[in-house]
Amino acid sequence: MSMADELTIRIAGEAGQGMQTIGFILSRTFKNSGLSIFANQDYMSRVRGGNNFFQIRISDKPLYALRSKADIIIALDKKSADIHKGYIASGGLIILDKKKLGVVDSDPVFFDVPLHEMAVTAAGSEIAINTVSCGVVAALTGINFNSLEAVIISAFEGKDEDIINKNVLAAKAGYDFAKDNFKDERFFVKTSPAKETILLNGNEAIAFGAIKAGCKFYSAYPMTPSTSIMDTVAHYADRFGILVEQAEDEIAAVNMILGASFAGVRSMAGTSGGGFALMVEGVSLAGMTETPIVIVDSQRPAPATGFPTRTEQADLDFVLHSGHGEFARAVYSPGSIEELFYLTVKAFNVAEKYQIPVIILTDQHLADSYRNIAPFDTGKAKAERFIIEKKDSGGISGYKRYLLTESGISPRAIPSWINDVIYADSDEHTEEGHITEDASVRIKMVEKRFYKKMAGLSKEVEKPTSYNIEGSQIILLGFGSTYGVMKEVCSSTSGAKTGFIHLPQVWPFPAEEMLRLLKGAKRIVTVENNAGAQLARLLRRETGIEVTDSILKYDGRPFDIDLLANRMAEICGK
Amino acid sequence: MNINDFKSNDELAWCPGCGDFGILVALKKALVALDRQPKNVLLVSGIGQAAKMPHYVKANCFNGLHGRAIPPAVGAKLANRELTVIVTTGDGDCYGEGGNHLMHNIRRNVDVTVIVCNNQVYGLTKGQASPTTDPGFETKVQTKGVILEPLHPLEMAIALGCGFVARGYSMDTGLLSSLIIEGIKHKGFSLIDVLQPCVTFNKKNTYEWYSKRIYKLDQEPGYDSKDKASAYRKAAEWGGRIPLGVIYRADTKTYEEKSGIDKMAPLADSDTSDIDINSIVKDLV
Repeated sequence: MSMADELTIRIAGEAGQGMQTIGFILSRTFKNSGLSIFANQDYMSRVRGGNNFFQIRISDKPLYALRSKADIIIALDKKSADIHKGYIASGGLIILDKKKLGVVDSDPVFFDVPLHEMAVTAAGSEIAINTVSCGVVAALTGINFNSLEAVIISAFEGKDEDIINKNVLAAKAGYDFAKDNFKDERFFVKTSPAKETILLNGNEAIAFGAIKAGCKFYSAYPMTPSTSIMDTVAHYADRFGILVEQAEDEIAAVNMILGASFAGVRSMAGTSGGGFALMVEGVSLAGMTETPIVIVDSQRPAPATGFPTRTEQADLDFVLHSGHGEFARAVYSPGSIEELFYLTVKAFNVAEKYQIPVIILTDQHLADSYRNIAPFDTGKAKAERFIIEKKDSGGISGYKRYLLTESGISPRAIPSWINDVIYADSDEHTEEGHITEDASVRIKMVEKRFYKKMAGLSKEVEKPTSYNIEGSQIILLGFGSTYGVMKEVCSSTSGAKTGFIHLPQVWPFPAEEMLRLLKGAKRIVTVENNAGAQLARLLRRETGIEVTDSILKYDGRPFDIDLLANRMAEICGK
Repeated sequence: MNINDFKSNDELAWCPGCGDFGILVALKKALVALDRQPKNVLLVSGIGQAAKMPHYVKANCFNGLHGRAIPPAVGAKLANRELTVIVTTGDGDCYGEGGNHLMHNIRRNVDVTVIVCNNQVYGLTKGQASPTTDPGFETKVQTKGVILEPLHPLEMAIALGCGFVARGYSMDTGLLSSLIIEGIKHKGFSLIDVLQPCVTFNKKNTYEWYSKRIYKLDQEPGYDSKDKASAYRKAAEWGGRIPLGVIYRADTKTYEEKSGIDKMAPLADSDTSDIDINSIVKDLV
């Protein structure tokens, strides 16, 4: 058998069994062997027990999405063997410890490995099952043991030398066992010298974007799947002079960042739909007081508590309309790790330039998925400031916070820097920021906050990404995390020519651009992780274009390449 | 600085005879006495009659949402500790809608001063019960009289370890001004509850009603505001006699000290022009 073009490896077990540890060690090992990685996580809302998995897809070609089935599954408990047997690809293998798990099934799909015994023998503890498993997979995939060893040593950095040595021994035991007992090379992958890539997940990309953009205050209430943004910013807080404050609730979080922003600091809050629901009065306040803030809504299935640890794209309508009243906002919907980083930087710049709330709409799938990508081009990620700098502030007096201008943007001064005072108000206000009930002032202020700012924002909308749409039989349309799966399906489908359009920004809606791109399109099909075809309805509202169909998924799980390809084939067959 | 330096040109929208006038005077006097410059003072408020106060002072103002005065005040103070941050709020705004923020910001202990104009009734929404309305008080909503137990904010603040807990009276601007001065000087979160008649909607707790009951703690022989047990008893005193003055004080470590940001340059002064994230990239290779 020839080498595999790509492989999917799934590590399944109970929460707390170390699937993430195995996943990270293998991901780093594959990365250092010159491979591309797409790794995603499927986990339950519990700390122990249940059934979770970490899945890694590898190839020598770039990867953007996941497969429905796995070629190699490591089952760390008996339940995993039962649950995941249905997800094994043809010719695939389930690695498990038959004796320890009490499995008697002689199906050749099982590769019986005495993980437990080897862990105890090599390392004196069953915890080392994780490193034994890594050794087994490295051997099956034809990875050089030295590559794995180097990753284990760095993963255990700071631990006792004895622990590191024992784990290396455990990995070697697994590696040798697989070499001796599985002679087939069908899972071997094409390795090459390591390319310069960085491995990170979506939430980390947002955190790094925020750090790069000069965010100095982050406040949030922990909420899955947004929490790791806060964790990541907190990890780097001292190094970059950032203050992270866990708020008593999301209302406090949004109001704290508003206060910090008013005082001149770039500020952010991250949450999921339920927390965002608590923040929306603050979104409206940002619109009224013209105070820039950036909020991340990392979506999970709702209503209410929904599926806390799973994925959905059903907050689109909600964020577009969040906050009472009419005011300008921008909503980004990044589709990749790269976009999450660059658009987070842009979100801070745009929020400050227009003095508005900016929302970054992401989801659990994107938040928890890892890819190795080219290092950030920081030249494209500059913090552009739009305040009256301190050095230019000293002589300013007679300041009007809400000065009426052609662009709707009033020069923004920072309290204590200028030689005057600044009034910001949530009531309707005069140019000076004092409460008014004057109708003519009201009209001017509404036009300032809404029409004028929207006009400016519309000119700098992030352009939709289009691929292969010229003369396509079918054009897929999506926003956010469906980018990767659309890209892979459209670049691999044979037969009917297919293309896609990904929207990295959903508000202001790029109506003119969409009218141009979709002119003469035969079939337009939205791909959405929701039940309401919210993007299709938004497209119709903003352009009058009706889609042919929508491929919707609302089971709390992300799209995979195979599922999308099948659903598309069904539509083409109609 | 003199009192005219803090004069705002905004038109006052309070009822004639409102207790807020006295509080406004006391606040301005305190700022003069502390020699603060208007540009270095930030007044933060939510919604309600008391929340209009920042407009009537020449100082920076962030007039935000109902119940949400304290969070933006804390955010602004953390962003720029060179600002003297004062919250002017009411019993509805601070003890009702924003109760959670009061509780947790006493714990957070950022150096802000919270002045609660407590008239024991909702003014702006026309006369409903507030969290501090006396039981039995009849309103258009509480038609058979208030049946809920009143909130006891000062006892709560003491229980939570607030380092400066005081009660003033809007008619005694001299005492109130000195309490505001001490509250601002206190490092950490300070709470000043100010008794204030509402001439329109509170026909019970009137100027006359208060004048018969109030007394000053600094004239109370032997009262030690650092003794938590005595402070707790004084904070609970209501009805026959009502104490005014500093009820409780304790040396506490501020959030700024504990987090270490007091040793950093103000966050607002951070140079964001070209942040080098290469050290992060190294962690991801």
